[in-house]
Amino acid sequence: MLRSIALWLEDRLHLTKLFESTAGHKVPLSTNSWFYVFGSGTLLCFILQIVTGTLLAFVYVPSTSQAWTSLQYLNNEQFLGWFLRAVHNWGSIFMVAIMSLHLVQTFLFGAYKYPRELTWVSGCVLFLCTLGMAFTGQVLRFDQDAYWGLGIGASIMGRVPLIGAQLVHLMLAGSTIAGETLSRFFSLHVFVVPGLIIALLSLHLRLVLTKGINEYPKPGSAVRKESYENEYEEMVHKTGVPFVPNVIGKDLIFSGCLIIAIVTCALVFGPAGPSGPPNPTLIHTAPKPDFYFLPVYAILALLPAYMETFLLLVAPVIGLAILILLPFYSGTGEKSFRQRPFAVVVVLMAFLTVGLLAYLGTYAPWSPHMEAWSSAVTPVDYVKGRSALELHGAILIQSKQCRNCHSLGGEGGQRGPALDTVATRLTPDQMIRQIIQGSGNMPAYGKNLRPAEVTALVAFMQTLRPSYQPGARDSTQPGQSVPAKDTGSATRASR
Amino acid sequence: MSDNNQNSDCGCKKLNLAKDAPAQPLSRRNLLLKVGAGLNGIAAVLVGVPLLGYVLSTFTRKSANSWISLGPLDGFPEGETRMAVYRNPVSKPWDGDTAEVPCWVRRIDSEKFQVFAINCTHLGCPVRWFQESRLFMCPCHGGAFYEDGSHASGPPPRGLFEYQHKVDGSELKVLGGHLPTLAEPL
Repeated sequence: MLRSIALWLEDRLHLTKLFESTAGHKVPLSTNSWFYVFGSGTLLCFILQIVTGTLLAFVYVPSTSQAWTSLQYLNNEQFLGWFLRAVHNWGSIFMVAIMSLHLVQTFLFGAYKYPRELTWVSGCVLFLCTLGMAFTGQVLRFDQDAYWGLGIGASIMGRVPLIGAQLVHLMLAGSTIAGETLSRFFSLHVFVVPGLIIALLSLHLRLVLTKGINEYPKPGSAVRKESYENEYEEMVHKTGVPFVPNVIGKDLIFSGCLIIAIVTCALVFGPAGPSGPPNPTLIHTAPKPDFYFLPVYAILALLPAYMETFLLLVAPVIGLAILILLPFYSGTGEKSFRQRPFAVVVVLMAFLTVGLLAYLGTYAPWSPHMEAWSSAVTPVDYVKGRSALELHGAILIQSKQCRNCHSLGGEGGQRGPALDTVATRLTPDQMIRQIIQGSGNMPAYGKNLRPAEVTALVAFMQTLRPSYQPGARDSTQPGQSVPAKDTGSATRASR
Repeated sequence: MSDNNQNSDCGCKKLNLAKDAPAQPLSRRNLLLKVGAGLNGIAAVLVGVPLLGYVLSTFTRKSANSWISLGPLDGFPEGETRMAVYRNPVSKPWDGDTAEVPCWVRRIDSEKFQVFAINCTHLGCPVRWFQESRLFMCPCHGGAFYEDGSHASGPPPRGLFEYQHKVDGSELKVLGGHLPTLAEPL
């Protein structure tokens, strides 16, 4: 009975033929490697995202007045809603991570070279689409971060010359962040970009079938346009094995581990947010992007202002052009990374740069700690044995919000230098000048401090040095002796 | 049909027929193909143009700013800077809280005001007012502005965006209706 059904289906659908030309197609034996599992891993993440995303859309309401409430409902009331949100979130994180590994692997193995140019180009566009999904998805989690994230996106668009204002309107679906904005991003996240991904993915997989999967490159065997395709065909003919069942084993093991990892993260860490409600009048917030965009967040704080617009608008275009056009200016020759030291250096530099910026982005030393002035503690040693004037200075350091940018005893902002040993670096005159006129990243406080307050501040700051280290001296007056009064009690606690 | 066979005989691919087409007399099939393609071209324009118009309408739409009250003057003591909230004049019924727009009102003396957008000029994050140091600080990348809105430190390329305002009777009004950006300040 079963056999007759199978035969009937085979007769109607030509399944054997389909299998032989797709999953069962022959691949070089050398591709049976753990380095070749990232593509299928990314695909699996995408399928997981589609399934969980579709189910989340059963409940989610894409309206600015209801979205946040529906997320709370998903988290707290809908049966297993929190789990689905968590899997969707961790699925996206893993998808970006595994896709990045796939990109690096194909780059290092020279898979982009002749005749697989289009496979590479479509892969690059898929990568961009995935980042697009990450950004639009972050908006759908419509909370404070999402609201201000949209403002940041609009501000970046607003830097485009000539049509900046129009692009802002196009992005926000109007002149402000409002109901239509979220509808637009919902449509992009749920219909437009996934549709594009499915189309590009079809092309990508079709190309893998027509031009074959890249063999594990041997150092020294260069790609030549005249002979490569014949050599590849011969290799597959002689030593090729069907992808299913011979090679798919490692993919299956990796995929299984991947799903277990995603579910484990979802169970342990739970869903992301939503943070506070997306009410623009609740401004006691420090908006931060999801981890994929932390490097961008970091670089925008660290670059000199004059480079920002260039970096935001021109550099990505140049960078993407270099990446996407790679097979067209480096399409032949050596494939193995063992013979391509520059390629390895590029990858290492990229990892270092992105990793370091993301790490800085996690704790954002450039952001003032908005509550530090009222909540950060002044170390006991810094007030012990101080005069009334110096103590008044210590109070002013708090009340004038200096601590928002300057730390004492490790507490407070890191925007400016820590003040623990400031007396070893600045003379009283230099302190006065810096406070009154500001400079670098410090605003001028001349208008906001009375002379007596400046005197008190400087008196306190002069005590901030270890007892074994003299205060800073004015080098233009060589005769000046070390200040006679050693406020030994300024010693910081045995640090 | 016989044409096809002849061409196949010479080993040419069927696609090559297109090249020979002009030399052939206008056949019935040829005519139908051309009319069909033309008809679909017209259909594509008929659907495509309104579709593009629909999508791009926001690209060309101008901001509709209007005068909005921030409340009675008494709400803003002299010498102080306070937050005020107005409802976006172009809001939709389903906008929810996002239609509420905050701004900073500085009352210099009985007649003189300054009204600043909440958005930092660097990347649009909400700046906060600190009464004691008389500074606006941004939580995102550390931009700071003096009480008159001018740039004090950090990455912002200019001072705070300032609303046009007027005193109308006993009320303070501002001209608002769009998110301020470098391309379209207030």
